[in-house]
This record gives sequence, C-alpha cells and structure tokens, in this order.
Amino acid sequence: MSGTLCIDGIAVPFSDGQTIIEAARTAGVYIPYLCHRPGYAPYGSCKLCTVKVNGRTNTACTLPAADGQTVISNSPDLQHDRQRITQMLFVEGNHFCPSCEKSGNCQLQAVAYHQNMLDNHYPHFYAQRELDASHPDILIDHDRCIFCNLCVRASKEKDGKEVFGIAGRGIHKRLIVNSPTGKLKDSDISVDDEAAHVCPTGAILVKRSAYLAPIGERIYDHHPISEVACERAVLEAGAATGYPSCDQTKLPQNGGPDSHYAATMPPAPDIKHGR
Amino acid sequence: MVYGVAHDFSIAMGHDDSTKLPSNSKMNTFIESVLVQADYKPERLLQMLRAVQAQYLHIPQMAIEQLAAALHIPRTQIIAVAEFYSFLHLTPQGRYDIHISDSITDRMLGKEKLLNYLAEKLKVKVGQVRADGLVSLNNTSCTGMCDQGPAGLVNGYALTRLDHSRIDVIVQLIEQQAPLSDWPAEFFAVDEPIRKPGLLLNQPFNSGAALAATFARGLAETLAEVDSSNLRGRGGAGFKTALKWRTCSVQAATPHYVICNADEGEPGTFKDRMLLDLYADQIFEGMTLCAAIIGSDQGLLYLRAEYLFLYEQLQRVLQRRRESGLLGRNILGRDGFDFDIEIRMGAGAYICGEASAQIESLEGKPGIPRVKPPNSVICGYQRKPTVVDNVETFFAATHIAIQGGQWFAEVGTPQSTGSKLLSISGDCARPGIYEYPFGTPIEDILRDCGADDVMGVQVGGPSGTFISSRELQRRIAFEDLSTAGSFIVFNSSRNIFDIVQNFTDFFAHESCGFCTPCRVGTTLLKNQLQKIVEGNGAAVDLEELSELCLIVKNNSHCGLGDSAANPILSTLASHPELYLNQLKQSSFTPGFDLDATLAVARRMAQRDDDAAHLSQVEN
Ligand SMILES: Cc1cc2nc3c(=O)[nH]c(=O)nc-3n(C[C@H](O)[C@H](O)[C@H](O)COP(=O)(O)O)c2cc1C
Ligand code: SF4
Ligand code: SF4
Ligand code: FES
Ligand code: FES
Repeated sequence: MSGTLCIDGIAVPFSDGQTIIEAARTAGVYIPYLCHRPGYAPYGSCKLCTVKVNGRTNTACTLPAADGQTVISNSPDLQHDRQRITQMLFVEGNHFCPSCEKSGNCQLQAVAYHQNMLDNHYPHFYAQRELDASHPDILIDHDRCIFCNLCVRASKEKDGKEVFGIAGRGIHKRLIVNSPTGKLKDSDISVDDEAAHVCPTGAILVKRSAYLAPIGERIYDHHPISEVACERAVLEAGAATGYPSCDQTKLPQNGGPDSHYAATMPPAPDIKHGR
Repeated sequence: MVYGVAHDFSIAMGHDDSTKLPSNSKMNTFIESVLVQADYKPERLLQMLRAVQAQYLHIPQMAIEQLAAALHIPRTQIIAVAEFYSFLHLTPQGRYDIHISDSITDRMLGKEKLLNYLAEKLKVKVGQVRADGLVSLNNTSCTGMCDQGPAGLVNGYALTRLDHSRIDVIVQLIEQQAPLSDWPAEFFAVDEPIRKPGLLLNQPFNSGAALAATFARGLAETLAEVDSSNLRGRGGAGFKTALKWRTCSVQAATPHYVICNADEGEPGTFKDRMLLDLYADQIFEGMTLCAAIIGSDQGLLYLRAEYLFLYEQLQRVLQRRRESGLLGRNILGRDGFDFDIEIRMGAGAYICGEASAQIESLEGKPGIPRVKPPNSVICGYQRKPTVVDNVETFFAATHIAIQGGQWFAEVGTPQSTGSKLLSISGDCARPGIYEYPFGTPIEDILRDCGADDVMGVQVGGPSGTFISSRELQRRIAFEDLSTAGSFIVFNSSRNIFDIVQNFTDFFAHESCGFCTPCRVGTTLLKNQLQKIVEGNGAAVDLEELSELCLIVKNNSHCGLGDSAANPILSTLASHPELYLNQLKQSSFTPGFDLDATLAVARRMAQRDDDAAHLSQVEN
C-alpha cells in the first residue's frame, strides 16, 4: 500500500511498509526519536516520537503509514511532553555531558537541544551503575544507557549474535551482556559489530576513538539533529525536493529538504564512524 | 506435570545440601528432569524456573547455563525472566519464603503491625533473608484474599486471616523446621463467601451441557447467540466478546489459540479465584466452546502465582473432563474436534494480566506488552490468532450457550448486558462475592454488604475510580463506573492519602519498565506524592504533580501507565481541598525534608540512632 498522509499540514507520500516516522523522515519532516533507527525493527519504548494520529495518541516509529492519516507532531502539548520525557531520561541515568566522550555525537543530547531543554526539571535519581571496561576495544558506561534496545537489536538482527539483553523490571531495568561472567570481554562481540557502534548515547563506546573528532567538530555541533536525520534519509532515498502542503496552514518544518546540509553529508550513512 | 507443586507440601523443609553448594551432577540431573517435564519447550521457561526456584531457592548460574544450552535460548533471556518476576530470584531466598500482602485492604486490617511483629519474632528484616537461610520475609502486591486478610504466602501457598496468635504459631513451626504439610490446615483455608448469587451463579449446570447445546444449535448459530447477548469482556476493557471470537475464527493463519486470563492482579479483585475454586468446570467448558467456534485445538490457562493453592484441584478437573470426553480427541464424539487445556503459572507480575504481556509471558519471556497493532486476535500466542478472555467471560459464555443470548441481554442495561461479579472488601460487615445486574447503583451495593459511614469507594481497583460519598447514585456499568470486579469500601476513619500512596506505590512497583513515561514517571509520581503528603510540598509541587499525572497517562505504552495516575487524578478531583491543606503555607520554609536528604550521609557514617536525626538535634 502506498499513498499520502498529512503531517502538521504537510502532505507526505509513503511507500509500502513504511511507518509514519520513516515516511516523515524521507519527506524531510523530522519527528524526534531515540529508540528508532532506520533499517531496524520498530521497538516503541522511548515514546519520544509520540504523535496524534487521527486524534489518537500513537508512536510514529511503530504505526504503519496509511493513506489519509492526519498526524499532529509539533503541537505545543506534544512538544512539551516530549521535553519532559527527555528530561526523565536525563534524571534516570547519569549524564554529565561536559565530560562525556560522546558529547556532540550523542543523539540524546542533540534531541535535548532540539527540544530547547534547559534543565533536568525532575529530581535526579542518582542511579548507581557499574562500568564495564573489561573488553579491550569496547566500553560500557551503564550510567548513560537509556534502554533503547538498539544494541540488542543490532547484535541479533545485524550481527547474528545475541550479545546484549535488557533485564530487570520497572525502574530496575538494566542492560546485560550474554557471557558466562556477564562481562563484555567474555562475550563474542567484536569491535566490527554493528552493536558496538549503534548506541545513540555514550553508553557503548569504542575505546581509543572518542576524541578522533575533537569537540566542536562533531556531527551535532554544526547541524541540529532534525537536519541530520532528514538529510540522511533524503540522501538514502535519493529523494526529491519539497512536498506540497495538504492544507492552507502549512506549518514550519524542522530542517526541510532545501537545507544546505546535504552537501556536506558523507556519501553513505555509515554508523561505524562516529554516529 | 507437577510445575504447580513447585513448593510441594510434602517436601520436608531443609531440602538437601543442594541449597548450599549444589553438586554439579545432582543439579544437572534435576535440571534435566525439569527439561524433560517441560518437553524442552522454551515457551515453558517460566514453569521450569519456578521448579528450579522451588528446589534451589533461587536460579543458580549453573541452572541458567544448562537451560540456555538445552533450550537454545540466550542466557540473557533467562536472566531477564528471573529478574522480571517477583517470585524468581538470582540469589537464594529462605527455605521458608514468606510474603505479606501489601494491598490497602490488608493495611486496613492491621498488616503493617503484623509484618513488623513477624519480622521481630523471626529476627529478620523485611526484604531480607535471615543469616542462617531458614527464612526470608517480604512484602508483595495484593494476593487476592482481601475478603479474608491480612493475607500472605509461604513458599507460594496462600495464608489467610493472619493475626498475632497465628503468627506466634507460624514462627514456632518455622523455627522447628516443620514441613508445610504439618502446619494447621486452617492457616491455608480459603473461604469463598458468595453473599449474593444472581443470574449466573444461580444457574444449575451439568458438565458438557453447554457443549451439547452448542453442537445441537450449530457453531455459527451459537456465535450469533453470544453476539445477541451483547456480552462484553469482564477483564476490564469491555470489548465485545462475539466480535473478538468472530475475528479470530476468520483468520487464515493456523493454529488458533484460546487463553483464559486468570492473572487477576488488580488489587481488591478475587472473583476469578472464587470461580476457579467452585466453578472451574464451567470455565473450562467456556474455553472449549470458544475453541469449537474459533477453530482451536490448544487452550492455556494463565494462573497467577498467588493462586498456587488452586493448581492441583484444577488439574483434577481437567483430568475428569478428559475422562468424560469433554477434552481431548473427538470431544463429545464430534469427529475432528480436538482440544486440550494446559495450565501455566505466572510468577508474580501484575502486568501479565495485560493480554499481550501475558502472551509474552506464556512464551517464556518477561511480561512486556507488545506493540499494537497487530492485536493478539490476529497475531497472538506464537504469533498466531489468539483469543484472550477473562475467567468470568468464559463463565458467562457457557451459560449463554445453554440459555441463549436473549436470556442474558434482558438483564442489565442496553450497553452493559447481563450481570457482574463484584469482589467486595474493606469497611463493610459482609465482604465477599456479590453478583449484580449491570446498572445497579453503588448505594444499593453498599447497603447489601453492610457498609455504613462510607467516606468513599474505590471501584475497579487502583486503576479504576475513587468515588466520594457524594456520588453513590452512580452505577456499575461500562458507561458509568466500569470495573473488572474490585470494589473497596472506605469509612470515614480512613486517610485518603494512605490509599492513594498505596496505589501509586503499587504502580511504580509493577511498571514493566519498557517505556520511559511509565518506567521513570511512576517513580517520579510516587516521590512527588510523598513530598506533598509529608508536608514538604509548595503550591508549585501540586502543579507539578498534576502535570506529571498527565504526562504518564498520555504517553505510556499500555493500560498500566495509562491508569497509574488515576488514584491521584481522581482524588485530586474529588478532594482538592485535601491536597491544598497539605501544602506548606509559609513561603520561606524549605521545600524538602532536610533530615531525609541526610539519609545518605547517615548510611555512609553507619549510624541511624536518634541523635543522627535532625529533629532530635533541633529539640
Ligand atoms: C495492566 C493491566 C492488567 C490487566 N489485568 C487483567 C487481569 O488480571 N485479568 C483479566 O482478565 N484482564 C486483565 N487485563 C485486561 C486484558 O488486557 C484483556 O483486556 C482481557 O483479558 C481480555 O478479556 P475480556 O475481553 O474477557 O475482558 C489487564 C489489562 C491491563 C492493562
Ligand atoms: S550519553 Fe549523551 S546525554 Fe548522556 S552524558 Fe553523554 S552526551 Fe550527555
Ligand atoms: S547501551 Fe546504548 S544502545 Fe544499548 S540499550 Fe543502552 S542506550 Fe540503547
Ligand atoms: S522512537 Fe518511537 S518510541 Fe522511541
Ligand atoms: S512500562 Fe509498561 S506501560 Fe510503560
């Protein structure tokens, strides 16, 4: 099935099997996301991509696009809730961005900037989580895990292994490693695995690569995440220019297809190098 | 299969040396027997882990390794399951593992004092295992004995009507290491007080009658009767049963499954317990006729862990039905109609009452609600079309199959036909099971159960609605006060904040943790409410509380998060003055409890004496 849906007043075409978020992204309309990644099975846990579809709340990363859907993404209410949900992630873990190797390449940080998040709002949880530095090439800093499940899916679906899992219930969630000791060094992960590079935050890092790109020259230092997400999609799809608005009140887009970022994008999206 | 008898009464306590340092080969042999019993089916993982937990008082690492290898599943799945369910543990529990029900009704019956008394007598802290490994003590969510609490569990078996004298005896029995089979039977007695039978509970029934009627009338015709009865699901959501069954029946993918949801985790609900205890035949018959209609040969009963005491007798009912040709091959001589039912036990997780979480649990995974669409009717157990219905729904269907749809539809209201079973507990003279036609006003119900001096009623459990004494004309119905059966009465001596805090803590404890707003938000709600209740909130904190309620409600993944803020929202609405009075009046008093923030310091300094607390210093 293909057709057109309407997101915040913009007519967005979609092709068979696309979710709302992917249809939007390809059309240059950014809906914030963290647990989603293009080419990965939908998961739907972070709830950042929450939108109203024909008046009902749903997650854009899981709901299949359908002809004639009316989607609201950038209403003040939804944007407000999105900021609060992001703040929840910040207080749940321990995110000290100024001293974090991922700063500037981190999607959580970039999403927070996108939402104009200026403080944590909620009381900090001060979670006590251990570091796993056992592996010669890969580090897990559990403080920064947001339980997006991407490393779990990457290992299983892309690498054909099952290195990661998420255990615990409720606020006691934790990322676990599939090895007899529970340590990463005893798992069968390799630094070339997609799972070693997919983490949207600084929770899984490849050692000795943190400062290859200095602070200030990192991806989100120059381009808001709204642009990066959409430009990449436009490039991937070899896709086209503007889309018509589906009603008179065309709303402002976040980083449309006319942005200059496309010119500076690397030719193919390659997650193994820094994002 | 003996999974259910995880903690067999006949097992003398003190199992064997295995609890300390299990010898390799001994454990290997045991795990192997567990695997054989489960036919090496990974979907039975929960059942296997229950057996391992019972034997070794935890899930030892060696068991994890052996199970993972034999079942071809990653060890992370086993660890995830062991950590998800309240009654599975990665570290050893006591040989007598005691849980005390922490439902609001237990608290109203003096549970806190009893728990402290028990802890003191046993010399063990709540949440801990005694150093000698003999006993562990913990709180647990509602065990479904609200009509006969304070209640608890010992090695999974229900304890009712706890009081000081019973606790004295229990402590003695534990210290003597007496096997549970030597404990007085009345400690485990579960009564089923049916105070007011109605349309369904009064119906006579002979095993096989509903199936015979179904076959005589025809499958499509019987579905038409279920349709015209306008029966709606009794598990809470009120989905039209015939529509669910019809949708499932036309799915091309095979096989189709029938699941009976006996998780009954909503605090204050115990009507499914009664039905399974006294009317099991009729429930299994309802599942079987559903199977005939939707074309299924496999049924599952998901029984909450707290109802372990029912497991053996339910197995006997199943066996009897097999012997009478009501289960198995060619049921009632009908060529090609094969159907059987397997009982699977939960392991302590309220979220597993949610249909898709229950399916995940039945597949041997943590109970995390699935992404919808697709609905489980289309893509359910083992990704096949599945009907999940509440115990009471199958019970009603059985009688509709016999009596016809009209008979049922004549009772109740147009939108809520038939009758509803209520589990009534709290401040009333006659707690127990009541059956009412839908549309009955709350005040009539309160009169029947002997409740005077009513301050409020919680209808539908923590996820339902709190109504004040000014709203007693409201009615039990999907279009007014919808309930899966929980009905808790509070008199004017009760403190609303005690109730709301108990419910809010419950949701934080039971959140599956999958989605951000519910995982983080329910804990934030709990803390924010506490801040206000303890008198440390300013006006802005009340604003924050209500905003947080809406964020959790509007953005969560499933019904748990959706209703987690209901206790606060509905009492904020009914008793706003209560919250306002709780706020700090002066503008300069600190907005936090200084003493509490020093807890970390006290812990580090390893002191908790009076002098280390601020209030003492100030005086
Ligand atoms: C958090 C949560 C807990 C639930 N617990 C139960 C339960 O214990 N028993 C039950 O029958 N339904 C429960 N449900 C409802 C089920 O998801 C489902 O709607 C029901 O089993 C369908 O059966 P019915 O149509 O016969 O009501 C729960 C739902 C949620 C969101
Ligand atoms: S992981 Fe991202 S959000 Fe967390 S500290 Fe690092 S940069 Fe900041
Ligand atoms: S480690 Fe990273 S990728 Fe894995 S769940 Fe945590 S945040 Fe997601
Ligand atoms: S991106 Fe949709 S829920 Fe996380
Ligand atoms: S964690 Fe279960 S609803 Fe969000």
